Amino acid sequence: MKTQLDLLLTLHTQPAPYLVIAAFLLAVGLYGMIRRRTLVGMLISGELIFAAASLNFMAVNRFFAPEPAIGLIVVLFIMGLAAAEVAIALSIVIAVYRNYGSIKSRELADLKR
Amino acid sequence: MSPATLSPIAEVVPFPFSEFLIPAIFLAFFSTTVAGAIIAVGAQSIIRSVCGLALTCLGLAGLYYFLNSPFLALMELLIYVGAVCVTIIFAVMLAEPEEPAPETKRSRNWLGAVGAAVVSASIFWSLARLGAVGDWPVLAVNQASGSVETIGIALLTTYSMAFEVISLVLLVAILGAIAIARTGRHHSS
Repeated sequence: MKTQLDLLLTLHTQPAPYLVIAAFLLAVGLYGMIRRRTLVGMLISGELIFAAASLNFMAVNRFFAPEPAIGLIVVLFIMGLAAAEVAIALSIVIAVYRNYGSIKSRELADLKR
Repeated sequence: MSPATLSPIAEVVPFPFSEFLIPAIFLAFFSTTVAGAIIAVGAQSIIRSVCGLALTCLGLAGLYYFLNSPFLALMELLIYVGAVCVTIIFAVMLAEPEEPAPETKRSRNWLGAVGAAVVSASIFWSLARLGAVGDWPVLAVNQASGSVETIGIALLTTYSMAFEVISLVLLVAILGAIAIARTGRHHSS
């Protein structure tokens, strides 16, 4: 009982919870990517997957790679790429909505309309 | 007699439950991240889903703070909660705000849900097991402060090429977003 309490109290200094929650974010993002029926919902799931990758980089850099700043730099680059991806994807969503009148992924079956 | 025993504050009484404070904050951020992710995927309307994404990013900022990088926590809040979620909300307002009702073919719908749950649960189980009980190398914990000075020096020396390339990526993304969203390709008629 004492050791379990100690483990709980030092949980934020262990690598395991960070890696587990990164795996959870990846799994939830994949589930949403499969199940969502609109483009915006799939975009949100993609953001969750980006967040999982960022957290994984940070945790591994903190606990297993004693380089001072590489994880931070990589996560900043991931944020930049995610921002660019969001801008492009949302402009595509708006263009698709203008052409098709819908953003349901099932109805986007024609290459040209 | 040593001076320590003569000190008037020799017996410092700590604040009650102060050793539980940091783990409680950590667990709060942890559960915020989990709950936000579940809301972001499971909510029916897209607006609630965006709010779940914002909640996830809030929890992630807290986790980054626990990982010794307050600058990254600030950037997470600024970029994700402040920019990405607001942009998604703008696009939702310009397109359609409601997630469509599920289709009437119930059996295929149910089958898809079970398939997606099996895929994601197996990925989560394997990766979480790898992370929790995997044979990770025991190294010295990186105690770098993650200060802005370290980031600035690294960005301008070692990673300057990547820094320039990502600025180019952002420029191209802005131009492409404007070009697609204003007229669309081959939509001049």
